[in-house]
Amino acid sequence: MNGNGYVEWIVGTFVLIGVMFSFLSAVGLIRFPDVYTRAHAVSKSANLGVLCILLGTFLYFLLTEGYFSIRLLLGVFFVFLTSPVVAHMLNRAAYRSGVAMAEESVRDDLKEYLKREESL
Amino acid sequence: MFQVFLSGCLFILLVSILAALYRLVKGPSMADRVMALDNIGVNLLAGIAILSIFLRTYAFFDIILLIGILSFVGTIAFARFLERGVVIERKRVR
Repeated sequence: MNGNGYVEWIVGTFVLIGVMFSFLSAVGLIRFPDVYTRAHAVSKSANLGVLCILLGTFLYFLLTEGYFSIRLLLGVFFVFLTSPVVAHMLNRAAYRSGVAMAEESVRDDLKEYLKREESL
Repeated sequence: MFQVFLSGCLFILLVSILAALYRLVKGPSMADRVMALDNIGVNLLAGIAILSIFLRTYAFFDIILLIGILSFVGTIAFARFLERGVVIERKRVR
């Protein structure tokens, strides 16, 4: 281990947290029963994982080479901004195109709301 | 040592991309498939970030930003297509 071993520990922690979140979101993507729960798993934890990995990369190049990468910060900002929008649009498209919810789900408030809106 | 650790992280990312590919092939509805594609794009972005630590270069940072933007635009276009049947709506003359 060389002089900047602590950098490797910090960056390794960030990268490991990010990779674990990505893996857990993949497990959720396989095992959850319908579209909406899968979107819930994917849109939060996968993007949090990516944010941790990008932050680890940013810290690595900042601490070892003194390179302040504004592009990675913009990437973090952009992913953070666009991932909820993507999940919202996909869930909305799935609901409007009539994808059924899982059998375990107990109430559907949006259906009553849409029915009331149509009857007006 | 650090390189081996980064290789292991890349392998775990590969496993999660394979899981998203399984959902992409099997997914019962169209929204599942689009969501799996978006997840593959996000994981690819993370993989490129880890690879740029692995190779100690910062030549790939543009690619990270570019994949983020392209994945967002493609997913929004697919979602609009699923919801309304068209991606770009024309002005209707009645």
